[in-house]
Amino acid sequence: MTADDRALYRSMLLIRRLEEALARRYPEQEMRCPMHLCIGQEACAVGVCSALRPGDRVFGAHRAHGHYLALGGHPGRLVAELYGRASGCSGGRGGSMHLTDPAAGFVASTPIVGGTVPLAVGVALAESMRGGHGVAVCFFGDGCFEEGVVHESMNFAALRRLPVLFACENNGWAVNTPLRERQPERRLADVARAHGLAAREADGNDVFGVREAARELVDRARAGGGPAFLELRTTRLTEHCGPGSDEPLGLRPTSEFEAMRRNCPLARARAELLGRRAADPEFFEAVEEEVAAAVEEAFAFAEASPVPPPEPPGTGLRAA
Amino acid sequence: MSRRSYANALAEALATAMERDPAVFVVGEGVPDPGAIFGTTRGLRERFGADRVQDMPISEGAMTGVAIGAALAGLRPVMVHQRMDFLLLALDQLLNNAAKWRYMFGGRFSVPLTVRAIVGRGWGQGPQHSQSLQALLAHVPGLEVVLPATPADARGMLLAAIEDPDPVVVVEHRWLYGLEEPIPTAPEALPLRGARIRRAGRDATLAAFSYMVVEALEVAERLSPLGIELEVVDLRCASSLDLPTLLGSVRRTRRLCVLDTAWTAFGVSAEVVAAVTEHALGALAAPPVRIGLPRGYPATSPHLSAGFYPTPETIAAAVLDLVGAADRSMRREALRRCRRRTPGDVPHASFSGPF
Repeated sequence: MTADDRALYRSMLLIRRLEEALARRYPEQEMRCPMHLCIGQEACAVGVCSALRPGDRVFGAHRAHGHYLALGGHPGRLVAELYGRASGCSGGRGGSMHLTDPAAGFVASTPIVGGTVPLAVGVALAESMRGGHGVAVCFFGDGCFEEGVVHESMNFAALRRLPVLFACENNGWAVNTPLRERQPERRLADVARAHGLAAREADGNDVFGVREAARELVDRARAGGGPAFLELRTTRLTEHCGPGSDEPLGLRPTSEFEAMRRNCPLARARAELLGRRAADPEFFEAVEEEVAAAVEEAFAFAEASPVPPPEPPGTGLRAA
Repeated sequence: MSRRSYANALAEALATAMERDPAVFVVGEGVPDPGAIFGTTRGLRERFGADRVQDMPISEGAMTGVAIGAALAGLRPVMVHQRMDFLLLALDQLLNNAAKWRYMFGGRFSVPLTVRAIVGRGWGQGPQHSQSLQALLAHVPGLEVVLPATPADARGMLLAAIEDPDPVVVVEHRWLYGLEEPIPTAPEALPLRGARIRRAGRDATLAAFSYMVVEALEVAERLSPLGIELEVVDLRCASSLDLPTLLGSVRRTRRLCVLDTAWTAFGVSAEVVAAVTEHALGALAAPPVRIGLPRGYPATSPHLSAGFYPTPETIAAAVLDLVGAADRSMRREALRRCRRRTPGDVPHASFSGPF
């Protein structure tokens, strides 16, 4: 398990460092698209994706860099997509909010809240109709839990006992509106249970705990046990959209940010790995270096990719 | 050739598509029930099994997303809405996902989704069971919106829609379901795009969609003995107009009347007129005319909604003006010939409700 555990840390670190580089270079105005960073939420993506197998398929929403990278999506094509290059994972048509790497199992992400949730259920339906063993996963946030289509999707998934995991990253905020102003006092998992789903709650900043919870639910779904809901309580350290921090907005007390930084999923995984001697300080030095090189390579790939010529309007809408 | 009703032709298309391709499945509220979507899905469940002929929760939005997801996974879903009005609950999925998926991911995906949307009319369908929303869907790039008007097209275009790698909405007017004609015995797909000249004539072009093709043909037939020869062009596809056929006809007749099952204001009929005036204004001897629905709703009460829909007689009146028919006795005779003797809220005299 040790190599595996260190791989989870490495995966979180890649997401963190790549997003930090995106934030640092965003003011250069080369990345000309909205961008929703997941700094602080890396353990959700990495923990859940580590419970999956080749053949499983994942959907994300607007904050999806982490899901794409956690599955092994190509980092250079991600950066190139933000740079608007044809070598981007969506050919430059999608930007940060429309990512895809089907070969890695990441079907796609879109920025319409709730838009991809039923799609994951549809993939699970197809899998079930064909007698396959794949599981579908949709990541979405606590805000998305307010969309009707999510509840329709859970109802149908439960009705047909479909192999799908609803992974809810609850960072407590929808843009700049806190959960308490959007939903009554209740547990999200209870609502999912009422729909007939198996449900668990986990600390979304504990990557090993997320993996354990996701494994149980994913394996259960794969074995025909039906759909499941996993609430991951996590922390959004950046602003809703853009490279900056949420802190200057003054919506939350400074103490909350201090607590969130102490709750950093990477710091916690590092402490845990060191504590149980699953990794030594040299590992963390080496992985920092290796990830820094990977991030550099990703930006180099994007910058070396030619700028595409304007496409004729109407191109690419339907098969020729 | 074999005689088929429009409804039977649709059923035959579904059975044929399912037989040819195991990836095809049908899903919709009431698909396997005794009504069988006005007969169009009858016998399918017995033949192809419950997995491929599915009922569904009353969740049009999510279920359209489920169908899109299944399509992304390689299946070919056919989703059925007993009324087009219900499809409004699925607009996010149709417009934001189905229409854009191929484009926004750089052509990596295909969404072979077919949506059947049935337009109601008469027998108290009222404001929310009668909407003909092709303009709304055709407005969005990426969706093909087709309106078969004949049994041959119903079968051939539904087959083509299912075979198409991209999303297609098939708009089926309920008043067409009983229409019968001999069609080729072997089912084959017919092109989704391209207009068809259903009747040749020199005096004016009646360019029509869906059920209005039936009424245009009726008017053309009844005015012909009076020396007025109308050309009827079945436009078939709302999302892509066949300009060569349309402009060719208008250049011959020099007069255009567009007939749509929807509201005229901001509708597809406006798009047709715009296209013709942009490309062939000089060919027109008179301003184009549009016939469709007024900007309002048909009341459920047949007494209140009398006069809401165009009839062969009101169409004839507009066409007589268009062609400049001045002879008053001839006009009277033309209108008399086109007068409908059946109640206005049913497709034919022998119909008894409900739909």
